[in-house]
Amino acid sequence: MPVSSETTFPKHASSDEEDKMWELRLYVAGQTPNSLTAFGNLKKICEEHLAGKYRIEVIDLLENPTLARGDQILAVPTLVRKLPEPVKKIIGDLSNTERVLVGLDLRPIGERKVRRANKPESDAL
Amino acid sequence: MDLNQISIRKSPTGIKGLDEVIEGGLPQGRTTLVCGGPGCGKTLLATEFLVRGAQEYGEPGVFMAFEETAEELTKNVASLGIDLSALIEQNKIFVDYIYIERSEIEETGEYDLEGLFIRLVSAIEAIGAKRVVLDTLETIFAGFANDSILRSEIRRLFRWMKARGLTAIVTGEQGEKSLTRYGLEEYVSDCVILLDNRVENKIASRILRVVKYRGSSHGMDEYPFLISDQGLWVQPITSLGLNYQVSSENISTGVSELDRMLSGQGYFRGSSILVSGSAGTGKTSLAVSMVDAACRRGERCLYFAFEEAAGQILRNMRSIGIDLQPWIEQGLIKFYATRPSYYGIETHLLTIQKDIEEFQPRVVVLDPLTNLISIATETEVKSMLVRLIDYLKMNDITALFTSLTTGGRDELTSEVGVSSLMDTWILVRNLESNGERNRGLYILKARGMAHSTQVREFILTNHGIELVDVTVGPKGVLVGSARIAYESRERAALLQRQSETERKMRVSEHKRKAIKSQIGVLQAEIEAEDERLRQELAQLENYHKMQADELKTIIQARQRNGSSQGEEE
Repeated sequence: MPVSSETTFPKHASSDEEDKMWELRLYVAGQTPNSLTAFGNLKKICEEHLAGKYRIEVIDLLENPTLARGDQILAVPTLVRKLPEPVKKIIGDLSNTERVLVGLDLRPIGERKVRRANKPESDAL
Repeated sequence: MDLNQISIRKSPTGIKGLDEVIEGGLPQGRTTLVCGGPGCGKTLLATEFLVRGAQEYGEPGVFMAFEETAEELTKNVASLGIDLSALIEQNKIFVDYIYIERSEIEETGEYDLEGLFIRLVSAIEAIGAKRVVLDTLETIFAGFANDSILRSEIRRLFRWMKARGLTAIVTGEQGEKSLTRYGLEEYVSDCVILLDNRVENKIASRILRVVKYRGSSHGMDEYPFLISDQGLWVQPITSLGLNYQVSSENISTGVSELDRMLSGQGYFRGSSILVSGSAGTGKTSLAVSMVDAACRRGERCLYFAFEEAAGQILRNMRSIGIDLQPWIEQGLIKFYATRPSYYGIETHLLTIQKDIEEFQPRVVVLDPLTNLISIATETEVKSMLVRLIDYLKMNDITALFTSLTTGGRDELTSEVGVSSLMDTWILVRNLESNGERNRGLYILKARGMAHSTQVREFILTNHGIELVDVTVGPKGVLVGSARIAYESRERAALLQRQSETERKMRVSEHKRKAIKSQIGVLQAEIEAEDERLRQELAQLENYHKMQADELKTIIQARQRNGSSQGEEE
């Protein structure tokens, strides 16, 4: 079921946040099957959920090994959500779409509503 | 092929004592597992391995820290006298802090730990590292969920490090039934070292044991170790033995009479001396006398006091006229006053050895030895002492141990069973008689020298120790006031004998004179007799002469008458 990018945002989120770009970094180590799969999966998820609002930076650690320290990368591939904050880390080839969405805080709307009903700030709204 | 060439090569750790236990160092180009419970010193051992490698063996090292940041690590090892930040600046050590937080990571499929490899490679290449530490690699088990990926990646990591010829230490928390909680020992087959922080009778001791070392012999025992301000200090028991040089040089006991009792020279240098006795018999005074004498020769002395504070010993010794303060100021004496219960027995031994190594004394005093028994069994104390005495002898250090014997018990059996380890054994004993207590000193043994077997009275005066020549009365050795009384009685008797003799001499003089005069009389008598006899003889001669003259006259007269008659006829 296709979900538009607007509906993926929590209703209480400000419009500023909605307009912000998603900055995603995908750390890979060479053109391994895992990295290729991960990049393909990421591209698909972003197109579906964040069309026009995302930027993917692919960092090949074989070329820039020292960058692994900055984001504390151990496993590859690792996807890091730099923005919006907080920073999130997702490892693996991103083949489990459900878990990627949870990791990126891009949960389907139905789930979100259930979650929000329990939150005190949603009552205030 | 030379066996030395095919046998494994070793990378020295540079940790005091450890290289002796593992006979040269860790297996070069291989991975060693260091495991143990929390706080047992794994990280410090690993860090020192890197630091010594960088400083002493020209092998830079990479520290992959899974638990501490570089700053925390630097602070922690600063207490070991290691300046990690300087080494980092000089590109001799590279610290990479690896942070894993499970809750921040979502796993979404296949992955590997190539990131870790890449970080390791870039760190190694940055400084040309030969040594690697992974502390604590097991943290990644808590950070990632996929156990099978982790295990195959760890296996790959170890193979990779071996292939690159890196000498590595991997640390691991001890598990309940296995050496490590996640079974790391499964992947490390070359060398495993187990550390333990053991608490017995509320006293903690650190223990190191080499569980396995493939392709090399190694010490099998448990080796106590210290974490000191100069790094780890492992005590290799096997490095001690009975193959030390012995000295025939003598050193003074500080008491000239005692020197005389010990073949006139004092103790042998490098020998071990036991001074035992009940409370208040002057054991410490004897020890301090020796120390004082050593300082006069300009030798350094180390005094381990387990009962009194240094200040108290100094004060008390001033009362017998020995002032150690100037020696302390000249740096010739160092006091180490600790309560025995402060450490475990093995830690005590290590501390003592470490202090000796730092101070390089010629004379060492342990006062009193017996207090150590309060924290360990006799066997443990004896085993510790064997090693301590061996160590002291190897370094040609003269050691004096005092031992407190319990009053009433037989002094000869209550000696911690250590008397056989001692070369010289002096017993100071209370001699009770005539309602007073005096000290008597015996030399029970003195290996390799003729020594006095007499009991001496031992007196503490305000100018040091005096041993009074023994006074033997009709009822044995006399001490104290009994000796003084006996001596004055003896003096009176002597005086009396002397005047008697003088009187006798006078009498004999008289006699001589009387006899002399008698001789004079007799001689006069003889002379008178002689005179008389001479006169008689003279008279007799005259008579003979007269007779002869008469005869002649008669003969002449007869001849004249005959001729006249013939003519007439």
